[in-house]
Amino acid sequence: MSILILAEHEGGEIRPATLNVVAAAKAIGGDISLLVAGLNASSVAEAAAKIDGVAKVLHCDDAAYEHELAENLSALVVSIAEGYSHILFAATAAGKNVMPRVAALLDVSGISDITDVVSEDTFIRPIYAGNAMATVKSADKVKVVGVRTTAFDAVADSGGSAGVETVAAVAANDQVSFVGQELSKSDRPELTSAEIVISGGRGMQSGDNFVMIDEIAAKLNAAVGASRAAVDAGFVPNEYQVGQTGKVVAPNLYIAVGISGAIQHLAGMKDSKVIVAINKDEEAPIFQVADYGLVADLFDALPELSKALDG
Amino acid sequence: MKILVGVKRVLDYNVKARVKADKSGIELANVKMSMNPFDEIAVEEALRLKEAGHAEEVVVLSIGQTQSQETIRTGLAMGADRGILIETDDLLEPLAIAKLFKHVVEKESPGMVVLGKQAIDDDSNQTAQMLSALTGMSQATFASKVEVDGDHLNVTREVDAGLETIRVKSPAVISTDLRLNEPRYAKLPNIMKAKKKPLEVIAVADTGVDVSSGLSVVEVNEPPEREAGVIVGNVAELVDKLRNEAKVI
Repeated sequence: MSILILAEHEGGEIRPATLNVVAAAKAIGGDISLLVAGLNASSVAEAAAKIDGVAKVLHCDDAAYEHELAENLSALVVSIAEGYSHILFAATAAGKNVMPRVAALLDVSGISDITDVVSEDTFIRPIYAGNAMATVKSADKVKVVGVRTTAFDAVADSGGSAGVETVAAVAANDQVSFVGQELSKSDRPELTSAEIVISGGRGMQSGDNFVMIDEIAAKLNAAVGASRAAVDAGFVPNEYQVGQTGKVVAPNLYIAVGISGAIQHLAGMKDSKVIVAINKDEEAPIFQVADYGLVADLFDALPELSKALDG
Repeated sequence: MKILVGVKRVLDYNVKARVKADKSGIELANVKMSMNPFDEIAVEEALRLKEAGHAEEVVVLSIGQTQSQETIRTGLAMGADRGILIETDDLLEPLAIAKLFKHVVEKESPGMVVLGKQAIDDDSNQTAQMLSALTGMSQATFASKVEVDGDHLNVTREVDAGLETIRVKSPAVISTDLRLNEPRYAKLPNIMKAKKKPLEVIAVADTGVDVSSGLSVVEVNEPPEREAGVIVGNVAELVDKLRNEAKVI
């Protein structure tokens, strides 16, 4: 078997998600090739060659790939797809944008968000916000798969010594262009790869009160997240959202503050190793998944917690 | 311009999904079904574009069982002009759904197709991207803002690190994210009016579209349960447990 992975990178570095996808590829088994497409991305291709388990890096350098436009990336992937038994993508915003196009262009089903590999053609994926796990089997000639990154432990980004080959670019699509981006600036670790995540919900009452969360996050080197309710209420931007329709996280420690625990939120965090819930409503469903529950007013508990972490 | 909107009938988002005893899927008999929440946002966006003078007609398309007519009527009650149901009892994969949408796109020639970014039942997040790939229409997924600028659209998209804006030429396929808009509720007189709006029903077989799939569901299981935790008495005890028992801080 031969597996192609679309590597993700930004700012000259491989995104951590790609290391999780390589882990999924290793679970499937076979030769692993990594496609690095970008502009002036030679250093990324070199870094990709060092990733544990990668046999070959395919490097395509062209302005068409500077901004992860789905039309251009999917056309490139399809142009080199011949001969691969599997094509894998991270189930990130960027990966989800491209994977289904590749599947459609190859006339095969896409397999979204797998959390486990049963065999080379059989995978497990959550459905209904993770309230059920579907085992799906593909008879397609090539399996086009999105990988839920939190479900596979990242491989090492060193130790490999793959060869780097250059591949030709495909003519850029002239119907779409990148205009700009507004990325949220944060000193905190990235939400989906952080070891500790602390999230606030509607109980925070305002965006200003998230300072209390930020303070604790700084002390724990944690990422800050939020429930959809907190995002809908405008307390924090959407990229903080953890849940079925936001990001899926599985850190070592997840602290849910003022979050009731709707199934849509649980879908995004219930695979965390240790879950702490702080909520004043002892009936809140979040306590059913929490390892440690603290029934308390968060406006008392957060300052206390912050102080206790100094000790 | 005509706008085509996809609406899917799914288990209501407030109802907890239960796995069937024979593991063949989810229990959908005698449970509340509703329009997929992202599709409500899609209908709303199409209606706002029409109200702003960018479109003349909003057509809602659903693919599913005969009861999906109710979902289409909901879209019509919100203000869409007419509906199309492609009827099937089978649970189709996104690829088949995208091919059926393409079939309708070829007949209706919409300037824009608006779809929810994912359905909350199978959580696939594929159909919009596939439809764009199959038709050559421009792709703008996870939209949080759509601006019409002549024959182009400026679309702000929700990406993992924040927001990104792309410019796409029409015709385009848009998929909606949560913050695009807040869908309206259908008012009673409009619900009555919706009953008289045209709704065409087509059988899948009559479309001539190949809806076969290489993907099959082997079984569906309950997710692993988490073991019950403990309630701690105070913050000091919590910090102690995290440091010395769980060893996570």
